Amino acid sequence: MSPSERARVEAFAKEIRKLTIGMIAELGVGHIGGAMSIADLLAVLYDKRLKAYPEDARAADRDRLVLSKGHAGPALYAALAAKGFFPAEWLSTLNKGGTRLPSHCDRNKTPGIDMTTGSLGQGLSAACGIAMALRLDSNPATVYAIIGDGESDEGQNWEAAMFAAQKRLSSIVAFTDYNRAQIDGTTDEIIGLGGLAEKWAAFGWNALEIDGHDVGAIDAAIETAAAVGDRPTMIVLHTVKGKGCSFCEGQVGSHNMNVTKEMAAEAVAALGA
Amino acid sequence: MRAVYAETLVRLGAADDRIVVLEADLMKATGTGPFAKAYPERTVNVGVAEANMVGIAAGMSAEGKIPFAATFACFASRRAYDQFFVSGNYARLNVKLVGTDPGVCAAFNGGTHMPFEDLALMRAVPGLVIVEPSDPVSLAAFVQKAAERDGCVYLRLQRKAAPALYKEGETFDFGKAKLLRAGSPDGKADAVIVALGALMAGEALKAADLLAAEGKKIAVIDALSLKPLDEELILEWAAKTGRVVTCENHQKRGALGSAVAEAIAESGVPCKFARVGVDDEFGEVGTQDWLADRFRLTAPHIVAAIKGL
Repeated sequence: MSPSERARVEAFAKEIRKLTIGMIAELGVGHIGGAMSIADLLAVLYDKRLKAYPEDARAADRDRLVLSKGHAGPALYAALAAKGFFPAEWLSTLNKGGTRLPSHCDRNKTPGIDMTTGSLGQGLSAACGIAMALRLDSNPATVYAIIGDGESDEGQNWEAAMFAAQKRLSSIVAFTDYNRAQIDGTTDEIIGLGGLAEKWAAFGWNALEIDGHDVGAIDAAIETAAAVGDRPTMIVLHTVKGKGCSFCEGQVGSHNMNVTKEMAAEAVAALGA
Repeated sequence: MRAVYAETLVRLGAADDRIVVLEADLMKATGTGPFAKAYPERTVNVGVAEANMVGIAAGMSAEGKIPFAATFACFASRRAYDQFFVSGNYARLNVKLVGTDPGVCAAFNGGTHMPFEDLALMRAVPGLVIVEPSDPVSLAAFVQKAAERDGCVYLRLQRKAAPALYKEGETFDFGKAKLLRAGSPDGKADAVIVALGALMAGEALKAADLLAAEGKKIAVIDALSLKPLDEELILEWAAKTGRVVTCENHQKRGALGSAVAEAIAESGVPCKFARVGVDDEFGEVGTQDWLADRFRLTAPHIVAAIKGL
């Protein structure tokens, strides 16, 4: 990634964070911690890697994205709005009655959302199904999936992991947002995940682990995944919950928290121009 | 019946390459081998992982495929309920979930495998279409209808052979029951039995025969479509006869008996009413015949229910 490209993607990540903080503050409460921790990933995907068409969100040759940790929807909505999938004014309707931007992703409500998620553990199975269907259609699109570390407690992920390896679903490029915090405490306190990359490798995946806030590293990891033709890829992102948001960075309790407009203004100012 | 399921899928699959079959290590039981042989690339065996199977089916349908995913009804409902609910139905996707070996048909697999509650669970899913075909002709028709419908379907499938109740060419639809027997040629009857599924339709006809020998005229309705339910036909016969007995290979609570009771209560049609079904019990092992009697699902129990009205 060139320095100018890095600057552009980092600026986009900052924009995603600002928009996300703003929409959650508009409502007063939301899943901010896990939204902040994937902002850099979303910036790389939507500013560079993911083939998508705002004006034709269901185009056959687009890359697919399943945000299995569906509660991080607000960060994805920020990216989609910034790229023109829907009007930016929608962002202020987050979670309000009748909105098209619900707390958890809904493929029928929001342009650019490929799969309805929210009941944790289900997204990777859907991604496998999408990849199987694309293979039948000889469609070379990439299927991106993002799962949470707390979500990794769900056994269905590991059913899908074995399936994707068995079927050699190399079109799947998945990410684990390893921010080491879940609702009731740190992952080490609740269900320790240990060497997550080793687990995925043992399940037959091409597994990498990188700094999940380094947009250059994320971009490079995705690049290497494209060269692996016989296995799905899992990129474990070492992240910080609440990253980049002054009032919650590194706080375990930021999974779902109250956010006032004053807190938001301070956090947005701290992010800088 | 399972041969009909497989044959129908092979036929549909020849005409439409969007049809895909998913199995969770029960292909030998479901009998979809012929489909796998004809269309190996469109057959997906996920191993012993029903939740994953339903999620994969949902993902495939998001890309326009028409997945038929089958497993024992106990696993299709209890094991993969949230996946079917959220990834399939809530996501407005297009998963055809097939639950085999319903109720006492689970026989020697016993209580762990004996779904007396799958229909009650499925009935609570908004907009879900639920059918239990009663013979080979209705099975083939409803598999085709399921493929044609844009939306999820739960199809309850008795694998073992069932006698034909309908002639080839008979037409079926969701929300439509069939009058299997009018009480008498002039359309009069002393009571109506509403039955669901092959096993219970057969027992209902036997019960009607037993009562006919005593001079009683009994009408029999084959419900077929639990949701939507053919309330019009059922209420018509409730009004005509004033006596209604439902029978199902399932708990009395939550499925056919409940649905018919709700329809009658809300319609204001005056009639007497009884349910034949499993009375708040778990399943156990035995032959299907022994279990059907043990859980009071057979013709004599239906006769007793009618006489008790």
